[in-house]
Amino acid sequence: MAQSPRPSSSPTNVFAPWNDPNAKPLIQFKNVTKRFGDFTAVDDLTIDIYEREFFALLGPSGCGKTTLMRMLAGFESPTEGSILLGGQDIVPVPPNKRPVNMMFQSYALFPHLTVWDNIAFGLRRDGLGKDAINDRVKEMLRLTRLDKFAKRKPHQISGGQRQRVALARSLAKAPKLLLLDEPLGALDKKLRNETQFELMDIQEKTGTTFVIVTHDQEEAMTVASRVAVMDHGKMVQVDTPAGIYEAPNSVYVADFIGDVNLIEGNAKVDGNTVSIHFAEGAAPITAVCERPIADGQRVSYAIRPEKISVNREPLDDRANHVKGKIEDIGYLGNVSTYHVRLPSGELVSALMTNSRRLARRDFTWEDEVWLSWTDTAGVVLTE
Amino acid sequence: MKKLSWFNLTTLTLGFAFLYIPMIVLIVYSFNGGRLVTVWAGFSTKWYGTLFHNEAFLDAAWVTIRVAVATATLATILGTLAGYVLVRGGRFWGRTLFSGMAYAPLVMPDVILGLSLLLLFKVMFGSMGMTTIILAHTTFAMCYVSVVVSSRLLSFDKSLEEAASDLGATPFDTFMSVTLPIIFPAVLSGWLLAFTLSLDDLVIASFVTGPGATTLPIKIYSAVRLGVSPEINALSTIMIGIVTVGVLTASLINKRKVVQRLKDEKTAN
Ligand SMILES: Nc1ncnc2c1ncn2[C@@H]1O[C@H](COP(=O)(O)OP(=O)(O)OP(=O)(O)O)[C@@H](O)[C@H]1O
Ligand SMILES: [Mg+2]
Repeated sequence: MAQSPRPSSSPTNVFAPWNDPNAKPLIQFKNVTKRFGDFTAVDDLTIDIYEREFFALLGPSGCGKTTLMRMLAGFESPTEGSILLGGQDIVPVPPNKRPVNMMFQSYALFPHLTVWDNIAFGLRRDGLGKDAINDRVKEMLRLTRLDKFAKRKPHQISGGQRQRVALARSLAKAPKLLLLDEPLGALDKKLRNETQFELMDIQEKTGTTFVIVTHDQEEAMTVASRVAVMDHGKMVQVDTPAGIYEAPNSVYVADFIGDVNLIEGNAKVDGNTVSIHFAEGAAPITAVCERPIADGQRVSYAIRPEKISVNREPLDDRANHVKGKIEDIGYLGNVSTYHVRLPSGELVSALMTNSRRLARRDFTWEDEVWLSWTDTAGVVLTE
Repeated sequence: MKKLSWFNLTTLTLGFAFLYIPMIVLIVYSFNGGRLVTVWAGFSTKWYGTLFHNEAFLDAAWVTIRVAVATATLATILGTLAGYVLVRGGRFWGRTLFSGMAYAPLVMPDVILGLSLLLLFKVMFGSMGMTTIILAHTTFAMCYVSVVVSSRLLSFDKSLEEAASDLGATPFDTFMSVTLPIIFPAVLSGWLLAFTLSLDDLVIASFVTGPGATTLPIKIYSAVRLGVSPEINALSTIMIGIVTVGVLTASLINKRKVVQRLKDEKTAN
């Protein structure tokens, strides 16, 4: 058998411990509930996170992401349920005894210490020798490009630099588990991309497990081994980035991650093919559906804009074709989004690569076009 | 700066006059050359000279300073710890009662505080002396320190302490290496406040004093009963000076910190 150039791409070596029944999770949340007074911030949550994972938490503001992190770090204890780390209940363990470091959403840099001393703080508590500490701090400064600011106090550097100090400080101790609460929000796009790859690199080298909160979906897609979408203290879906994107399990997830067209209709089931009747007089949408669906059930059909092709004529090799009129074109440089109004009233967006220069573009406003897509391009959702 | 209206100006002048004329009179007469306190006999600093040769006054001054330093130090340690527990301790059993009781001596009349301490010390030690004055002063000065420190702690970002413990610092280590350095200006002004409170006190000290432990206020009070002498004026002027410097430094420490921080924030953004 030919040697595969990238071992991780061969099916036997894919990193997916969550599919392996023998794998031991590093972190286990077992029916964890956290209440503040009568407000429930985390609601009966059960999840396993495995060693070497890059686990991303996504969700709207206030859905309980930080609370989840704080329970892992030891600043909050669950109202109900238990949290295991490496098989041991860590609820009674105080924060300073946990092999966990956290990067705070608010950075929490020590204002009276220099950048250097901030980074060295945790190392000094480990009882390392002076040289070892110096080397490690220098390494962290180089990694986060803060060499020039080592002697400054936190109030003498910019917001993005502060964020990097916080990151460096939490990385310095090379903990077993690293919690990053929106670690890269204040960085510009270029630096953010670089830092993302740094993080993945660090993770590859050290085998640290990362749990990261982010509002940037692209970031979650880039770095994460698995993504968890949260809502009101519950996990709505936990899956690989591709799984979340291509096979969302609910309208909430489909809508939360990326752009999506949602079309509601009544299902007519024939084997594993479903016809969705969404409007009087319009041809039904044909979709292949793995999940069992009752005949006549009300469903939502979710399809990503880039799965829909815009053409002058219907494409014969696709199962679905609809005619519509271009209402708006959003030009984004490499791609354009076409907002097409169907005769039945729905507005559908379709994304096309701009393979030609603007002047020679095919379509313009008010043009009649055909939208085509395959029967596997979208998913049928029942909730 | 805005110009004050004549009404504001008058009120301000009257207010300050009311507060400071007595002290100014005292200070002026301390430089009086004559023996009679109420008759001006030319400028002179001779009473300051005789003051520094008056053994009794010097002894009292030395007692007072030792008492004030010991009081301030003890009260600062205890008051800081009390303030810390009150703000950070969470909702432990009896917290409300404890916090109410910690501040009670602030509003308790000095006479009652003095009397109760006198009874307690009589039962505990039998005899009175410098130690009892220090203990008594610590009792009431500590409340002031804990008020100053806890109001600073209320605006203290708790996530800094969390970050420290996250990085492996024990609670004590966290307090010493993060909390204390940051709230230090408040602790220092608490110390100065306690120092001046102890320096000023007459009522409580006179209850719990004993042989060989005469503080300056007690000494002055008893001397005045025999008639006001220019020497006393000189001594009082010096005390006013010390207290003024103490209070001004305490408030400047806090103010400079704030100004510095505002400046730093401006340059940071
Ligand atoms: N100490 C607390 N007391 C009361 N309510 C709290 C406390 N901490 C958090 N909450 C509430 O719990 C909910 C979840 O908060 P959390 O900080 O986990 O949100 P989040 O998902 O991190 O949001 P964001 O994306 O804005 O950071 C919020 O509604 C918040 O108001
Ligand atoms: Mg948060």
